[in-house]
Amino acid sequence: MSTRTAERAEPGRRSNAGHNIGRKVLTGALGFFGQSPAWPLLVLLIIFFMLATPNFMTWFNVSNLLTQAVIIGILAVGLTPVFISGAVDLSVGSVAGFTACLLVTIQPYIGLYPACAFALLAGLSIGLFNGLLVEIFGLNPIIVTLAIMLGVRSLTFLLFGSATISPTDDRLLDLVGTKVGPFTFDVLVFLAVALAVGLMLRSTVHGINTYAIGGSRPAAEDAGVNVTKHVVFNFALCGTLAGLVGVTLVGQLGAAAPVYGQGYELLAIIAVVLGGTKLAGGSGTVVGTLVATGALTVLQNGVNLLNVDVRYVTIIVGVVLVLTLTLDRLISGGPGSSE
Amino acid sequence: MLADLKALPRRYPVFILLAALLLAASLVTPAILSLENIITAIRQYSVVGIMALGVTFVVIAGRVDVSIGSLLSVLVVVIISLHDKVGPVMAMCAGVSIAVVVGAVNGFLVAYLRLNSLIVTLGTLTALQGVANVASAGILNQVMEPEASWFKVFGRSFFLNVPVSVWIFGVMALVSALVLGRTNFGRSVRAVGGNELASVFSSINARATIFMTFVIASLLTAVAAIVFASYAMAAPYNSGVGLEMTVLASIFLGGTSIGGGVGGIGRTVIGVAVLAFVANGMILVGMPIQAQWLISCIIIITAVLLDTYARRGTILA
Repeated sequence: MSTRTAERAEPGRRSNAGHNIGRKVLTGALGFFGQSPAWPLLVLLIIFFMLATPNFMTWFNVSNLLTQAVIIGILAVGLTPVFISGAVDLSVGSVAGFTACLLVTIQPYIGLYPACAFALLAGLSIGLFNGLLVEIFGLNPIIVTLAIMLGVRSLTFLLFGSATISPTDDRLLDLVGTKVGPFTFDVLVFLAVALAVGLMLRSTVHGINTYAIGGSRPAAEDAGVNVTKHVVFNFALCGTLAGLVGVTLVGQLGAAAPVYGQGYELLAIIAVVLGGTKLAGGSGTVVGTLVATGALTVLQNGVNLLNVDVRYVTIIVGVVLVLTLTLDRLISGGPGSSE
Repeated sequence: MLADLKALPRRYPVFILLAALLLAASLVTPAILSLENIITAIRQYSVVGIMALGVTFVVIAGRVDVSIGSLLSVLVVVIISLHDKVGPVMAMCAGVSIAVVVGAVNGFLVAYLRLNSLIVTLGTLTALQGVANVASAGILNQVMEPEASWFKVFGRSFFLNVPVSVWIFGVMALVSALVLGRTNFGRSVRAVGGNELASVFSSINARATIFMTFVIASLLTAVAAIVFASYAMAAPYNSGVGLEMTVLASIFLGGTSIGGGVGGIGRTVIGVAVLAFVANGMILVGMPIQAQWLISCIIIITAVLLDTYARRGTILA
């Protein structure tokens, strides 16, 4: 900071102005792109698939890509604050399945939009429950949310049966399919959610405290931060967004089954970690998570366009995750080194 | 002696749970406590149990391995599809070699590149799931004449009226307990999990120790895969999907701490036994299979609560 002010005070200021702006843009860009090890991955993947398939950069496919990114994207954005405050939530996939089935089951009785609100409320409650178990009783979040993941999945089967059920009201399907400009409605919701969570982390007291708690919990406690409140809030937010994913799944697919969301928690965690958020807490950004979600989606979509067998996609995703973290570790000792 | 017995439930609260469960179950269906049924219950969980033994090493060293479920799928597909082509011995050798390679890759990434173990093994889980799917080539691989092959010994035969798979679980548990409790390596594992920096200052090779725990977890998964393949004589590509969660659940249930350093093989065996009896009891009572997960969820949280209470002396954080 001080060097920059010194430069400005020099006599040859006018000639330096352009240089300074350039440098500002450069440091800004470096800061922005440095947030995530997924940036080079995303750029490389986009260039590769643009060259490899003619259909990749068509409007139709790009809009398709965005729609595909919504589900894992919302889950990952919800997980990001939880990770930053130093916790984990493995139950999000199960919560999405539960809320999807809940929405479709109660919708004929109380109407579509109340049912959506109820589904979000259910997600909120489960998230709150996770957070309270972790914070009030001081239990390990991995164990708690692993148990809740099993429990919620079980409840979904027991309460709603194992068959696929369809809503009697198609308005949700229509709403999600509505185009606003180049985006479908679910993509807009996703972007709005990402913006809101990003701003929350950047510019609110809660967000700053979240980073502080993840960085050093004892230090945050000593500084008088109400750790319990902030961590529980992040869990509740994560649960609510998992509920939103359940609603979006029903909107995209026009049906709900108790197996919905199985394994999504793993994909979402992969997106968060590839985005540069540390498991140990204290650092990470929503932008990073978005870029990583983009990279994963481009990878899956591009591989499909190349007519590669779907079964190879999981292999590629796994290998790419491990390779990216390894390279990141070797080059920068970066976020992959989180212990 | 009496004092020891009194301290037992306080030190291992999961014992109370096991006793309460058995009592409740025997009230509902007395058949559950017959020797025959107890053996059946353990037999159904011997695959999970053998895997859990290996992962216990990893967890005590302060790491976690979630790739074992997918690894089991891959190994079962490999062993079954090679069985008729090159014979059971070579098929088993192939399985074990693959397991060692996977364990070494996990171990290298975690121990030497210092990557987070949950994330690394999440990556290998995903990749191996795909490998199992591709290797099974979209068909259900089967052994043509299962009864004709001596390979059936591991999963389908009995020795002294007890299934061989239960014997294998017992022997593996004993060996693991000895390795963890009575060898320098076992002490190193505990030391690394308890305080890695301190262990390094005590001239323990922490990296090699962590590396070895991952190889052990994979090796025991290979043993579990042999038992599974021998019992099923067929290889669905998804035979191990989700098993990592059951394995971790039984380890945490036993009271092995996720932070590392605290835990033991005996605890894991008890954790496996509790889950086995829950599953078995639910089947006997005629509950749907999914209800087991709910019961597991409640049991895990109760056990963890009791365990923290026993350690901390107060229930609230």
